[in-house]
Amino acid sequence: MTPFDYIRPATLPEAVRAGSAPGSAYLAAGTNLLDLMKGGTLRPERIIDITRLPGLDRIDWLHDGSVRIGALVRNSDLAYDDRFARTFPAVAEALLSGASAQLRNAATVGGNLMQRTRCAYFHDPASACNRRSPGSGCDAREGENRLHAVLGWSEHCIATHPSDFCVALTALDAVAETEGEHGTREIAVDALHALPGATPEQETALAPGELIVALRIPAEAARFAPRSRYLKLRERTSYAFAIVSAVAALDVQADTIRGARIALGGVAAKPWRAREAEASLIGAAATAEAFARASELALAEARPSGDNAFKIELARRIVARALALARGGTPEIMPALPASPFSTVPGADHAA
Amino acid sequence: MGYHMSLSIRLTINGQPRDVALDDPRVTLLDLLRERLHLTGTKKGCDRGQCGACTVLVDGRRINSCLALAASMDGAQITTIEGLADGETLHPVQATFIAHDGFQCGYCTPGQIMSAVGLINEGRAGDDPERIRELMSGNICRCGAYQGITEAVLEAQKILSDDEKRDAA
Repeated sequence: MTPFDYIRPATLPEAVRAGSAPGSAYLAAGTNLLDLMKGGTLRPERIIDITRLPGLDRIDWLHDGSVRIGALVRNSDLAYDDRFARTFPAVAEALLSGASAQLRNAATVGGNLMQRTRCAYFHDPASACNRRSPGSGCDAREGENRLHAVLGWSEHCIATHPSDFCVALTALDAVAETEGEHGTREIAVDALHALPGATPEQETALAPGELIVALRIPAEAARFAPRSRYLKLRERTSYAFAIVSAVAALDVQADTIRGARIALGGVAAKPWRAREAEASLIGAAATAEAFARASELALAEARPSGDNAFKIELARRIVARALALARGGTPEIMPALPASPFSTVPGADHAA
Repeated sequence: MGYHMSLSIRLTINGQPRDVALDDPRVTLLDLLRERLHLTGTKKGCDRGQCGACTVLVDGRRINSCLALAASMDGAQITTIEGLADGETLHPVQATFIAHDGFQCGYCTPGQIMSAVGLINEGRAGDDPERIRELMSGNICRCGAYQGITEAVLEAQKILSDDEKRDAA
């Protein structure tokens, strides 16, 4: 790690002031930031420790039935909150499919949103990476890229966003509340992460120093509680990032789909909401044919960015299978292997 | 807290209050324990949060000490492997790891044991070996002692829960 100054502000305005200075980085648990600093990927001059800021560690239920989650709530505390897990089960399942128990105990929800890509060329300071070092090129294009993006990528960057949590948040129209030098604002999680285009270094919609202070999930998303799943294919059973993942949430009344939410992870530089696929399901019967059609639409614009054409067909199958799982109903208890295709809960179809 | 100054933090480590002066804010909790406080039971494996060898309890919760900045831990209660046994009497998790051969070379063992203590405190696994394995997946054992580790966690959990029932009776 390169040397840095350590600052621990006591109030939000102090934090934002310090965080807005060039070279500053916010520190919550540090599970991603310290890793990146140890590898020399990031070299902040000033660390602003926000862990002591008051009031950011609470889960509050608002009068309209929506939930407000403070940015410093730990991933495990949110996933194991009974009311939260009952109301937004796919979010809890996504959280519990991510990282390890130790990391979930430390990592905050704000930090989860702000985590960086796991692209090895981004991490390696000796590699060309437009995201880390604008204009240097992209070694991933001609490198080991079987796990890279198949949607929304550009010739400048083919990295993916690694979060599971964000995929579920995006599907449920979650909103991030931020505090910056110019006051507070709200950003839909779907609009928080940027596609690379010609400026992959512009990773989020946040201004310099702008800090996420809370997340809100609207009450309307609770209609999907009975039929919501997250499905995540990994290269090992547990403790791995997604090759491809999908959240599927259905509102089925009298055998007809009244509402549908679909988002994918591991396929793009942001969690990928599949709105056309969702629209195709409205008014349809919840059949394998309807799910197959939706999965085709979800990947209609996909194209390989390297040695990863297999991810497109894989993603179609994961979407169709996630929809079938959602149709089967949210499990009574969290599966032993959350989000796993190898889970043995009823409704799991192992031959999709 | 300001610029370029030496940081003084207070930790309670295995029940003992410790005031620690940090001359450099880059020190992780892991390096503080091993290099400055000479509590070398906590192991450095990958130093990147991937192996779990550095697992300790912070305010009763298991975390990777390699990815925690010591300065940010100011005021915390830390429990390391050195703090588990009661004199010569092993903690039930230590005893069951021995009874079930939950290790071979032993390098990952302190992290495995601290993670198991954290898992049992969390109370999310029940007596389901699949849940134990999933919730222990942040601890890698390159000798492959997983079968013994799972059995050790299950038995330790039973002993601790029987103790609790006896204490309540």
